[in-house]
Amino acid sequence: MAHAYTPGLKVLQRTTVDKERRLPLKGEVLVEAGKTVAPDDIVARTHLPGNVQMVNIANLLNIDAQDIAEVMLVKIGSKIKEGELLAETKGLFGFFKSSAASPVDSVLESISDVTGQVVLREAPIPVEIDAYMNGKVASVLEEEGVVVTANAVFIQGIFGIGGENRGELRVLVDNRDDELTPEMITVDVKGAVIVGGSFISLEAYKKAISVGAAAVVAGGFNYHDLEDVLGYTLGVAITGSEDLGTSLILTEGYGRIPMGNRSFELLQQHNGKFTSVNGATQIRAGVIRPEIVIPLTANDSMGSGSDKDTVSGISAGSLVRVIRAPYFGDIGTVVSLPSELQQMESETMVRVAEVEIGGESLVIPRANLEMVETT
Amino acid sequence: MTLQSILATDCGSTTTKAILIELVNGEYRLRFRGEAPTTVEAPFEDVTRGVLNAVMEVEELSNRTLLDGDQIITPQQGDKGVDIYVSTSSAGGGLQMMVAGVVKSMSGESAERAALGAGSIVMDVLASNDGRKPHEKITRIRQLRPDMILLSGGIDGGTVKHVVELAEILKAANPQPRLGSDYKLPVIYAGNNKASDEINKTLGKQMDLTLVENIRPVLERENLNPSRDKIHDLFMDHVMQQAPGYKKLMTWTDAPIMPTPGAVGSLIEMIAAKEDITVVGVDIGGATTDIFSVFQGQFNRTVSANLGMSYSICNVLAEATLENVLRWVPFEIDEKELTNRIGNKMIRPTTVPQSMEELKIEQAIAREALRLSFIQHKSFAVNLKGVQKERTISDAFEQSESGLSLVDMMDLDLLVGSGGVLSHAPRREQSTRMLIDAFQPEGITQLAVDSIFMMPQLGVLANIDQKELAESARKAALEVFNKDCLIRLGTCIAPVGNAKPGALILTAELTMPDGSNQQVELHQGQLLSIPADYEAIKAALRPAKGLDIGAGKSEEITTKIYGGVVGLVFDGRGRPFNLPVEKDKRIEDLTTWSNAMNEYPLESAA
Repeated sequence: MAHAYTPGLKVLQRTTVDKERRLPLKGEVLVEAGKTVAPDDIVARTHLPGNVQMVNIANLLNIDAQDIAEVMLVKIGSKIKEGELLAETKGLFGFFKSSAASPVDSVLESISDVTGQVVLREAPIPVEIDAYMNGKVASVLEEEGVVVTANAVFIQGIFGIGGENRGELRVLVDNRDDELTPEMITVDVKGAVIVGGSFISLEAYKKAISVGAAAVVAGGFNYHDLEDVLGYTLGVAITGSEDLGTSLILTEGYGRIPMGNRSFELLQQHNGKFTSVNGATQIRAGVIRPEIVIPLTANDSMGSGSDKDTVSGISAGSLVRVIRAPYFGDIGTVVSLPSELQQMESETMVRVAEVEIGGESLVIPRANLEMVETT
Repeated sequence: MTLQSILATDCGSTTTKAILIELVNGEYRLRFRGEAPTTVEAPFEDVTRGVLNAVMEVEELSNRTLLDGDQIITPQQGDKGVDIYVSTSSAGGGLQMMVAGVVKSMSGESAERAALGAGSIVMDVLASNDGRKPHEKITRIRQLRPDMILLSGGIDGGTVKHVVELAEILKAANPQPRLGSDYKLPVIYAGNNKASDEINKTLGKQMDLTLVENIRPVLERENLNPSRDKIHDLFMDHVMQQAPGYKKLMTWTDAPIMPTPGAVGSLIEMIAAKEDITVVGVDIGGATTDIFSVFQGQFNRTVSANLGMSYSICNVLAEATLENVLRWVPFEIDEKELTNRIGNKMIRPTTVPQSMEELKIEQAIAREALRLSFIQHKSFAVNLKGVQKERTISDAFEQSESGLSLVDMMDLDLLVGSGGVLSHAPRREQSTRMLIDAFQPEGITQLAVDSIFMMPQLGVLANIDQKELAESARKAALEVFNKDCLIRLGTCIAPVGNAKPGALILTAELTMPDGSNQQVELHQGQLLSIPADYEAIKAALRPAKGLDIGAGKSEEITTKIYGGVVGLVFDGRGRPFNLPVEKDKRIEDLTTWSNAMNEYPLESAA
């Protein structure tokens, strides 16, 4: 039987989620393998080298760079307070001295007799990494971090903004094609991960930010409105570092598109559970999609066996979703996968699938189809 | 040695493409091609896997044995294997560099030119006078984590202080390489030779420092080749060594692996030199658009890092503005609907246009991406002189202040397009229109597209240094380029000057290859297409009073022009060419031009 690979997003009802929690530089790991961790637990910490300030002593004191050693009052490696003198000329009979003071608390790192500059290093910047989700420490990456593991529901979105966040999952709509309106968002969703259906307007998202929701998950949002949220036009889909307070995760894309049935059902099923999300998206080679992780407790583990995280292909009978106009968002069943290239209305020659949508048989480029997982 | 067969691959960030070239009846021809997904990332993390898969596809198509297990058989033994194997690479994000110079518009610009010419992506240009404070520069260097740094500044024997200051900033930042944590960051120093000792003292221990000749030994002379060559060496020795599987791949190839854009650039440079023509080449990809040009014997390359047709399609919209994209769309569309559609292409970059409307929108965006990239290119390809060519000091100052562009559209002989939206447009007329609308060639300009984007492989082939192979490999590169790589679209003839709408602006008398004669009258605002094959056509072109077709205002030209798969395109829309502002008139004009060119099916052109 013919098969075709389509890029599908993961929507897994139960899987093992491993999260690498790695420091940007080597440092100290604070937990041991096997330890149970909560999202806010600090698992590793380090210090980034402090900011650097350069002071041109030769210019300030009006001397030749090669004479700098004669005027320096502090040695390399010395700690200096803000305002403390770094260098001073002898002046004339003890008068008319010129001097240079340190602009910051720092350590003197180097002195150059070529440029007349000194380099001052400010205090190291502490960096801490938390566990992100409820789980166990599966392994320790020596001096670098840990891998936290959990049995969880794992749902990938198509696009998100804002970084990691967490809170109680609150599904605020009844159906996957309902819009999440401002009226639904009240102060009691503060700190929660709220879920809508097909669409969230700019107004509603702003309301979510104002009441302090941890994150919003919805089918679609207007691309045009991102500019209002971010303060700039999003040119490439590389996000995650925005400081928004409330992360936004779209499961389907831009516009009004009902949330995938399976995603919506899973979210409804786990309504009220503690959930970790990450809006970070990177659509380049090495793609990163936003995610929703709902760690399962022992009570949840009674259900069916875990989903396999494998890339599956579509074949006759597969349920697929169209991911580009003119049938964008429609769901249908693959009837056949002809092997020959076929001409589209655009005259582009492509590999296609014959898909039945609403009783009608349509020919659609395979590249414009996404697998809808049914198990 | 006469090569009988050549296998060449290009390992791109998503696809690895293999081509098989064979000597057939004394002539090198492209025989087969295959492709497979690139395997630099998990779960494979070994680039050679994708190479083998692409080669296997060539094996199947050619019915020839090229592999012995996981090895490419070289040299050819009977009908097995190939004589040589070469490759280019842009996988893993290509070569990402940071360059530094004392004066941004002088040594900074020279360093940028050298790095771009070598095929790298220039992440930032640091300069003593770039207006940033030292700590801001340091933060920036740390954030970017380049693969390599090129440091220049000062003329030989000049002031040492400024360039050493830059070195001190690099030292304080101490950036970590992007790939691999256990090697020192390669830094090339190509500045004032008098400062070499100090630079060595400052950076020698902490970084992998290489000293080469000054990029700007005197103010009026630029010396880019030593830096460019060193970038290629270090790319192989350091950066590639860290990328998954490349150590193995390097042992397979018969010539050093080149960065993809470096190979394309050197091929274009070679074609321009050999045929003594001016060339502009463009490669529009999903994330970036590269433009190469050769004018006055000088090669320039620019990369518009965030102008592309999928990953960065929304950035085209942001930079060009919605209004400028919409002006090329020949039907009415709701603006919100359009921006959502473009946004969805960005987040689902592998989808293809199914409807004619979607295709037209993509091609409208492509025009703007190409136009903006070309503006960037023209402002960078300024009249700064190339290697070993003297100029007076006053010229150097004049250039740096006025930045006179080398790009002269009236002087342009050949415009070559490549990249999915141009190479794979359903009709060649569409590629022709996109090139003409975006670049607005003036006078007489030949147009072509790279059929399957094999310029990278041909470029690396043209660059083989080994004496016994070089001649044959270069011959192969040129022959395949002319016969199989380029699809000749035809020639654009566009008079320059002002005329009233509808006025006669050009008369052309054409003697076709079969001896028949044709007369063409071109009116202001008109676009005409005349079918003609890629054969010499004798043309007498008479512009109306005040208009210029290449020989000066009102001057007639008698010359040979060439058709192609599209033919001759007479463009009377004016230079500069402006679309009507009024919507209905604009849509009417766009439709008329499309119909004149047979660009879209007639029923959907309206």
